[in-house]
Amino acid sequence: IYEVKDNVAVVRINDPTSKVNTLSRHMQAEMVEVMNEIWGNAAVKSVVLISRKPGCFIAGADINMIQACKTAEEVTSLSQEGQKIFDQVEKSPIPIVAAINGSCLGGGLEFAIACQYRIATKSKKTILGTPEVMLGLLPGAGGTQRLPKMVGLPAAFDMMLTGKNIRPDKAKKMGLVHQLVDPLGPGLKSPEERTIEYLEEVAVDFAKGLAGKKVTVEKKKGLVQKIQDFVMGLPPVRKQIYKTVHSKVMKQSKGLYPAPLKIIECIQTGIEKGNAAGYLTESQNFGKLAMTSESRALIGLYHGQVTCKKNHFGKPERDVKKLAVLGAGLMGAGIAQVTIDKGVATILKDTTEEGLARGHQQVYKGLNDKTKKKSLTTFERDGIMSLLSGQLDYRDFENADMVIEAVFEDLSIKHKVVKEVEAVIPPHCIFATNTSALPIKDIAAASKRPEKVIGMHYFSPVDKMQLLEIITTNKTSKDTTASAVAVGLKQGKVIIVVGDGPGFYTTRCLAPMLAEAVRALQEGVGPKKLDSLTTGFGFPVGAATLADEVGIDVAAHVAEDLGKAFGTRFGGGNVEVLKMMVQKGFKGRKSGKGCYVYGAKSKEKKVNSGAEDILKSFKLTAPPAVSADEDIQYRLVSRFVNEAVLCLQEGILPDPVQGDIGAVFGLGFPPCLGGPFRFVDSHGADKLVQKMKRFEEAYGNQFTPCQLLLDHAKDSSKRFHK
Amino acid sequence: MIRASKKEKCTFHFHNTTVNIFVGLFLSVVFSNHTAKSKKTLAKPGVKNIVLVDGVRTPFLQSGTIYADLMPHDLARAALQGLLNRTGLPKDAVDYIVYGTVIQEVKTSNVAREAALGAGFSDKTPAHTVTMACISSNQAMTTAVGLIAAGQCDAVVAGGVEFMSDVPIRHSRRMRKTMLSLNKAKTLGARLSLLGSIRLAHLAPELPAVAEFSTAETMGHSADRLAAAFGVSRLEQDEFALRSHTLAKKAQDSGLLSDVISFKVPGKDIVSKDNGIRPSTMEQMAKLKPAFIKPHGTVTAANSSFLTDGASAVLIMSEEKALAMGYKPKAYLRDFVYVSQDPKDQLLLGPTYATPKVLEKSGLTLNDIDVFEFHEAFAGQIMANLKAMESDWFAQTYMGRKTKVGAPPMEKFNSWGGSLSLGHPFAATGCRLVTTVAHRLQKEGGQYGLVAACAAGGQGHAMVIEAYPQ
Repeated sequence: IYEVKDNVAVVRINDPTSKVNTLSRHMQAEMVEVMNEIWGNAAVKSVVLISRKPGCFIAGADINMIQACKTAEEVTSLSQEGQKIFDQVEKSPIPIVAAINGSCLGGGLEFAIACQYRIATKSKKTILGTPEVMLGLLPGAGGTQRLPKMVGLPAAFDMMLTGKNIRPDKAKKMGLVHQLVDPLGPGLKSPEERTIEYLEEVAVDFAKGLAGKKVTVEKKKGLVQKIQDFVMGLPPVRKQIYKTVHSKVMKQSKGLYPAPLKIIECIQTGIEKGNAAGYLTESQNFGKLAMTSESRALIGLYHGQVTCKKNHFGKPERDVKKLAVLGAGLMGAGIAQVTIDKGVATILKDTTEEGLARGHQQVYKGLNDKTKKKSLTTFERDGIMSLLSGQLDYRDFENADMVIEAVFEDLSIKHKVVKEVEAVIPPHCIFATNTSALPIKDIAAASKRPEKVIGMHYFSPVDKMQLLEIITTNKTSKDTTASAVAVGLKQGKVIIVVGDGPGFYTTRCLAPMLAEAVRALQEGVGPKKLDSLTTGFGFPVGAATLADEVGIDVAAHVAEDLGKAFGTRFGGGNVEVLKMMVQKGFKGRKSGKGCYVYGAKSKEKKVNSGAEDILKSFKLTAPPAVSADEDIQYRLVSRFVNEAVLCLQEGILPDPVQGDIGAVFGLGFPPCLGGPFRFVDSHGADKLVQKMKRFEEAYGNQFTPCQLLLDHAKDSSKRFHK
Repeated sequence: MIRASKKEKCTFHFHNTTVNIFVGLFLSVVFSNHTAKSKKTLAKPGVKNIVLVDGVRTPFLQSGTIYADLMPHDLARAALQGLLNRTGLPKDAVDYIVYGTVIQEVKTSNVAREAALGAGFSDKTPAHTVTMACISSNQAMTTAVGLIAAGQCDAVVAGGVEFMSDVPIRHSRRMRKTMLSLNKAKTLGARLSLLGSIRLAHLAPELPAVAEFSTAETMGHSADRLAAAFGVSRLEQDEFALRSHTLAKKAQDSGLLSDVISFKVPGKDIVSKDNGIRPSTMEQMAKLKPAFIKPHGTVTAANSSFLTDGASAVLIMSEEKALAMGYKPKAYLRDFVYVSQDPKDQLLLGPTYATPKVLEKSGLTLNDIDVFEFHEAFAGQIMANLKAMESDWFAQTYMGRKTKVGAPPMEKFNSWGGSLSLGHPFAATGCRLVTTVAHRLQKEGGQYGLVAACAAGGQGHAMVIEAYPQ
């Protein structure tokens, strides 16, 4: 398993059962065995630790191993085993060099920082980080103790609390790695293979240097570093930092996420009370966190996301090599951007030159911002832009493999577009419609080939929002679906595939919640209060702000359409409030005014007094029995959740996993709750039904729990997630 | 071959080299025993024969040395004048002049014209400047070939110049913008407010870099990665660099570098030798630290070509015209190709791509070639190219070829030194390569020679040269 080259033991990590290396029980045991053998081999003077997998050093600990544990104590002992191994690595009598190419995350990074020396390739795939916090956990194998000493307190907090990925250049600057190695191009072997070989050669040289004391681990500290070290040596300064970080975390997480607070505690204990206490706190906190519902929810989302990044409809008959987007508005341009970004030639068609120029600029800006962040070179940007053809006519549509229309949400316009496009596209070309509420079968009614018609509902802004909701009608062919999913995956989306109906899944869940939000506003809950109630529940964006972002006009449109389709269940707030706001020009952020006023520079958002006046004129009296803060929160959430469960009951949703992913990634349902279905599981369907019954008494059928929810309430063994 | 030059100062020198070449010719005719060629000649029916009449160059000097106070057109003029002297060409017999340059002096952006006027060519002879990085003068020569082949010209002078002792250093973009706006400002107030907008940071100058614009990677860095990709060791690179210097020294000492003209530098002495040839020892070379990838890289100052000042020029004619004017041409310029590939990871692999392509075009094989002259940008780059040319896997995977072309035998390869030792004034190197092939074919007695070079931008060039029958 290891080879000795010139007194250097080269250990090559390779998990044959997986595409990535993870720190499983098996691998840990094997590692201990190999290291003990190496330490016992007098001929070995130093060690190189490297992965044989091209894009991965060690991607982290095995999540399943943690999930399999039943108690906090079990997880704590897992953590302590990891701590023990890495402690031995840290105290190794001979230097160990970690040679990193590809992802070095979580437990992988903790392993690497226990080594005496780190060399990383500058490959785009090389990332270092501690993403545990995103799974509601913390670095439980010494990470909270070693990182602050290595990169300093502020950087360590930043890494562990955000879980962000660190690129090689940054890692070198931070002192996280000692040397960088450039990735190689074609040679006598494939670039990937040769780059790993080269990394190993360089690492072996350094290992020899370290063993022969020709290379020193300590690097000279600059003045800034010395000053920082001095300042951090002052207990009052550290105290202030803990305080600031703590209050920042509380402000951002509303106290809904336990992991960041536990991370702060671990770091603080280690620094203020010494190693032994620090390691103990780390392992105990790790155990506690693993048992929290938040961690289960976040891990559930992680697994769900993995599932939703696969094409379950097979390989499409033909690849989409040329895509055409109709309408260069916010959505159309966004779709074009994420498509050319992945190397697919795209036509962006609009009806006016102004519209086209705006859309073109949006795409350019999106890519140019990436060059500013250095994730793209200007040449790559230009090359990507060259794939975009902005035009006003239907030229070259005869070569399109897929058309996505993102024109105005009006059925007659959509029908006109379907007919125009079908006259110019080839027979195999798929017609996808990006609508947020119009039923796809109604749009497909104008088509000569409904089997090629599908819904692709993107979320705004397209280049930032990960979700894509694909809607199939009963006429949509499987190959059409496979092709739409393939395109979406190429665009980097997380995909849910749902059935057709007014509002599909996502819009249908959001609409009742927004209707309830409007009612709350009418009842005198101010926009700011409403926002703080919703963010306090875990929504990343408050309900009033969300309405402004979506657009009051869109909300009005959807509320009216879905109100017609679903009747009083979608009632609550008065649609006229929204219509009146639109009439006054309060269309949300895009028009500068909505619930709030959007000034160019003001930091603090001001409530739009014009909107307040409208709300006053539609004032309702709040029934005191269901108007406590918590009641308002549950009124909003329960309507969302009930509608989601109803979608599953009606077969719009194929399974709870896609329901959770769609709600969290598309609508910002609180990630700490894991989505509406996991929320029902963890909160208890019975408790939720009880609350809804109370609301039902005050308001009527908007709060009538659906049958599936009632079934779950009756039988507590019924769960959406196993 | 040479219409005896009647110029005073250089006569003695010229006679000397002339003698050397004749001796060389004699020897090679007597002793060489060449294998049968795939083709007796590359002449094609209905295609004009184009010949290299002669080629010269100024001594190639390390930048910042004796040429330091000149301007690029001064060097170019010296080469052009040298060509006139060497060939005794009537000044008005030249139809056209094409000259290459890479780093442009902004005052003489058409350096070809400025140099030609000062060199005493007729002011009725048009001149233009071309640029294609390190193959700029190759481009100048093939432009000349094109003009003649198309029947538009009969006699064209081509060449190239590079002057690294002085390069344009600009104000920052912000500063330039302010200065340009200043010109347009009408009132004193407007001018003052513009002047007031200048910040200290705006005064920081912009330095030119020998880096790819598309990738922002310096060439040395790319060469180091290339060497690593092909597993070229530091030792191999140092050995090759030492070989280059040793062979160059030998060639210089035995007077083989007859393309070098003497140049009286204004205010300085006469220069008649390249000054970068310094054979060292492996031990000394091993002491150097890597220049680009630190600390584990393999490309050092000693195994890279150095910044050089120099200029070159060649006279290219249709064979008919050359004969009619009483010249004995040195060589035929035959098939040539330009290639280009990924400027990031294959920046310096031009020779690998160009060699099989030009051989295929001319119907020759590697075995038919008697003389190879490859541009030596870096020892690591040459070694990587040789390994790539020896690799079936590389040929199949990246070049879409069935088999490798094979690496040139070292005894035929750059045997009078190369860019590593003689120096590499970017745009002047191409003519040196072609002239050297012609001279080596005469001296060593072969029939076919091959020139290949890489260039920034991931481009490359190769040309087949056929000896003129003696």
